[in-house]
Amino acid sequence: MIQLENVTKTYPKASRPSLDNVSVGIEKGEFVFFIGPSGSGKSTIIKLLLKEVQATRGKVVVNAKDVTSLRSWKIPHFRRSIGCVFQDFRLLPNRTAYENVAFALEVIGKTKAVARRVVPEVLELVGLGGKEHRYPHELSGGEQQRVAVARAFVNRPLILLADEPTGNLDPDTSIEIMRLLDRINRTGTTVVMVTHDSNIVNQMRRRVIEIESGRIVRDQARGVYG
Amino acid sequence: MRVKYVLNEVLVGLWRNVTMTVAMIITMSVSLTMLGASVLMYMQVDRMKNFYYGEIEVSIFLADNVTDGQRQAIKAKIDESPLVKESSYETKEQALERFKVLYADSPDFVAAVNVSSLPESYRVKLTNPEDYDKFAKQIEGEPGIQRIIDQRELLQKVFNIFNSVQLMSLVVAAVMAFAALLLVGNTIQVAAYSKRREVAVMKLVGASNWFIQAPFVLEAVVAGLIGALLGFVALFIGKIVLLDNKLQALTAILTPVPTGNVWLMLPLLAGVGALVSAGTAWVTLRFYLKV
Ligand SMILES: Nc1ncnc2c1ncn2[C@@H]1O[C@H](COP(=O)(O)OP(=O)(O)OP(=O)(O)O)[C@@H](O)[C@H]1O
Ligand SMILES: [Mg+2]
Repeated sequence: MIQLENVTKTYPKASRPSLDNVSVGIEKGEFVFFIGPSGSGKSTIIKLLLKEVQATRGKVVVNAKDVTSLRSWKIPHFRRSIGCVFQDFRLLPNRTAYENVAFALEVIGKTKAVARRVVPEVLELVGLGGKEHRYPHELSGGEQQRVAVARAFVNRPLILLADEPTGNLDPDTSIEIMRLLDRINRTGTTVVMVTHDSNIVNQMRRRVIEIESGRIVRDQARGVYG
Repeated sequence: MRVKYVLNEVLVGLWRNVTMTVAMIITMSVSLTMLGASVLMYMQVDRMKNFYYGEIEVSIFLADNVTDGQRQAIKAKIDESPLVKESSYETKEQALERFKVLYADSPDFVAAVNVSSLPESYRVKLTNPEDYDKFAKQIEGEPGIQRIIDQRELLQKVFNIFNSVQLMSLVVAAVMAFAALLLVGNTIQVAAYSKRREVAVMKLVGASNWFIQAPFVLEAVVAGLIGALLGFVALFIGKIVLLDNKLQALTAILTPVPTGNVWLMLPLLAGVGALVSAGTAWVTLRFYLKV
C-alpha cells in the first residue's frame, strides 16, 4: 500500500537531509504510528506521501502508484484516494460543518445530491449528528477535528494520513479522536499517524516506527512509545 | 452546479476588490482603445493607398523651349515602357484651365497667370505606383524635360503622419497594456490571497488544477471583456463625434472610415482583452498558488 525505498529528502538550502535513506513498507489496512523528536522528519514523510514535496533520492509508492515519477497534473486525482487530518484542523471558517465536508466533495466534481446523501452519514459517523449547521467557531476543538476527520473520510479514501491530529486537544478529547481513527481503520482504511502523545501510542498497541534525525531507529509491530 | 459555483465565485471576487477591479478595467479599456485606434489607422492607410494609388500620376513637365522632335522622343519612351498603364498629354491651355478650376477661390491669383507661364506636360499613370524610381531612371535623361514630379511623394507625407500617429498610439497601447498586466496580476494575487484557505483545502482534497484556477482566470477574463467593450464604445463614439462631425471636411480628403471596420474592432478587442487577462491570471496563479 505504501512503500518507501531508500528515500532521502534534503530541502533546498538545508545542510543535512531531513530524511536519510529511509526504507519502510506499510500494508493495506495497517495502523501505523510515526513517533520521534521534533524536527526528526515525521511531517516530511507525510508530505512525501502527498507529493507536497519531492524526494531527493529513492522511490515512494502509494496505492501502487510511483509517486516520485507522478506527473504534476495527475497529483489532484492521486490525492483523492488519500484523506488528510492536521493538528490545526484546516476548516473553512465561513462554512458550517456540513458545508466544510460538502465542499471537499463538490470541488472534486460530486453533485449536491451526492453531498446531501453522504455528508450527514459521515457526520453521524464521527459523532456530530445534530451539529451539522454549526460554524467552526461554534464547535469545540475536538468537534472541529471531527469535522476535519469527516472531510478526510467522506470520499472513502484508501489511506488516511494524520499529522499530530491530537496535538491541540486535551487527553480525553484526544482519546475520542483516536477511537474515531480506530473505527475508520477497521473499515479497511490504512491509517498513518504522526504523534507525540505517548498515552495514545501505549494504549493503542499498534505498529510504531520511531524516527531520529531522519533515520528509522525502531520499527515495532505492537509497540509502545518507549 | 459547478458552473453556478464558478460564476458565483467570479462575481464575488470582482466585487470583493472593487477599486482594483475598476482600475484594472479602466487601464485595460484605455489600452484596448489605443490598440483599436492604431489598427483602424493601419487599415485606413491601406484603404487610402488603394484609393489614391489608382489616381496618382507622374507628371513630366516639359521645358519652355522643347522641340517637336524631343516631344516625340519622350512620348515614344513613355509608350514603350512596360511600367506605364496609361498616359495623356496636357497642353499649356489645358494646364491653365485646370489651374483656374483648382484655384477658383482666388481670382486675383488666377488673373496673374497666363497661358505661357504654365508648362505643358505628360501625365503618366503607372501600373504600380511604387515603380516610380525605375520609371524615372528610364526617362530622366531625355532632353526637353524640365521636371518630373511624383504625386506619390506628396501622398507619402500624409501617410508618414498617419504612420507616426499610429506608432504613437501603439506605444501608448503597449505601455497601458503593461500597466493593465500588472494590475491584473496584482488583482489576481489579492483574490488568491483572500481565498488561500479554500485553495489549500481544494489542493488537499484533490480538486483539479483547472477547477482551482477557473474562478480567478474567469474573473480576469470578465474584467478584460468589460474593458474591451468600453474600449469599443470609446472608438465608436470617437468615430461619430470626431470623424463624422467635427473633422468631416478632413475625412472627405482622407477617405471615410467605414463603420464596418469599427465593428471589426469589437471581436478584436474582446479577443485580445480576454486572452491577455486570462494569460496573465494563469501565469500569476502558477507562481502564486503553484497549481
Ligand atoms: N520547507 C523546508 N525547508 C527547509 N527545511 C525544512 C523544511 N521543512 C522542514 N525542514 C526541516 O526538515 C526537518 C524535518 O522537518 P519535519 O517537519 O519533517 O519535522 P517533524 O518531525 O514533523 O517535527 P515536528 O514534530 O516538530 O513537527 C527539520 O529539521 C526542519 O527544519
Ligand atoms: Mg511535524
